[in-house]
Amino acid sequence: MSEFKMPSLGADMDAGTLVEWLKQPGEAVKRGDIIAVVETQKGAIEIEVFEDGVLSDIKVQPGTEVPVGSVLATISTDGSGASEPPAEAAPAPKQVEAPLKPQESSPETPEAPPSAPKSAPAQSTSHPDISPAARRAAEEKGVDISALKPGPSGIIGLAEVEAAAAPSAPRIAEMPAPKPTPAGGSRPGINLGAMRKAIAAAMSRSHREIPHYWVSQTIDLTPLYIWLERENRQRSVADRLLYVVPLLKAAALAVKETPALNGHYRDDEFQPSDKVHMGVATALRGGGLVAPAIHDVERADLDTIRVGLLDLVQRTRAGRLRSSEMTDATVTLSNLGEDTSDALTSLIYPPQVAIIGCGAPLDRPHVVNGRIEIRRLMNVTVAGDHRVSDGRRASQFLGRFARRLETPEEL
Amino acid sequence: MTTDAEIEATVKKVLFDVAPDLEGEEIDPNEELREQFEIDSMDFLNFVIGLHEATGVEIPESDYSHLQTLSGAVANLKPRMNQ
Repeated sequence: MSEFKMPSLGADMDAGTLVEWLKQPGEAVKRGDIIAVVETQKGAIEIEVFEDGVLSDIKVQPGTEVPVGSVLATISTDGSGASEPPAEAAPAPKQVEAPLKPQESSPETPEAPPSAPKSAPAQSTSHPDISPAARRAAEEKGVDISALKPGPSGIIGLAEVEAAAAPSAPRIAEMPAPKPTPAGGSRPGINLGAMRKAIAAAMSRSHREIPHYWVSQTIDLTPLYIWLERENRQRSVADRLLYVVPLLKAAALAVKETPALNGHYRDDEFQPSDKVHMGVATALRGGGLVAPAIHDVERADLDTIRVGLLDLVQRTRAGRLRSSEMTDATVTLSNLGEDTSDALTSLIYPPQVAIIGCGAPLDRPHVVNGRIEIRRLMNVTVAGDHRVSDGRRASQFLGRFARRLETPEEL
Repeated sequence: MTTDAEIEATVKKVLFDVAPDLEGEEIDPNEELREQFEIDSMDFLNFVIGLHEATGVEIPESDYSHLQTLSGAVANLKPRMNQ
């Protein structure tokens, strides 16, 4: 018999709301099965179970908010199934006494991705500068956008809409029901205000606790783009590769060769990882950032990464991630993307020990074999943790990353 | 003959499948989706894949620039859907 507890899905998560059970008492569960959905600041997270057994006793009903570490259900792992004596069933009040801090079995994890948020694209002047989420909220609440003034950031955000709506806000019962996501089930949605607080808390902790250093290098992506163009001509629409796909693979291989950048720093000790679970910083429309992990990137082929990435980004924005994706990243890559800014200097996402920031690839004059040529260049800035490594390690990583990208056909 | 209105409905459905958080948004047909909704390269690729699946039209990368707006997507897809 083991206890299935409310996991800590971020360094600053202290409670979560059980939204629904996807398995019923008496049903067999396998390691990796999604058995429940929990609502957090990052949206609804699908919670996986970490052992084989039989779900024997559900202790928390949907709609209930409980602290991290609270027992949500018991899982019979000895084959006795639901016939386990009910003596194990803890009285309900016990849940409230559960510790607020993360348990050993639910590792403390990064809460907010440390990279600078993508700047919102310039809006046309034909309508007010308002985030999509704020515009939607304004519609729901019947707020007249033209009467709103931008907040401190210069755009109309949720806070401004909320403030305007406050006196006459409709009751929750009158609000439209959440729409089902493609994955099925409910979509409680993402509370961007709560997410901003979580990002602020995690980044404050990162800035306070981690002695950062940063090392930059300009990497020539011309061979990658030439290879991609040829490769994509042979691929159907659905199979086309974005440059970020080989970028992730090359970064994972280079990280694998540089263990001091890959793992978690916990309890005054660095725990290196022999696998590379790459967190991918993903901006949300209207603000907010999540960096869920793609697992085993160093071993995956490009098509596996391509499919995994498209799926992950879509689920991130729909607010439907899995618990392992929230907790497993061993290093993060933040890629600004084409037609954005040149470089970003990121903060590490605790308990990780490095983050790789990639600026926009841009055609620039560059000296190759003593001649000036137009090459497509990308600035990469690695942040490392001085408790674990020095700039020399990051520099070695950058050299390895650059070399991997010189021969994209080998990725 | 597939009409403009039918194609527009298909394009909108594909967009909302790709970005469910945009469902119900008013779309300015002539403004770039990227500008209106912070559509990034990954959303855009999912959008192109969705258009291909919904219409059966092969969409080469050289056509991507015509798919940046709702009206552009309709104009680009229409002749090939009615072939």
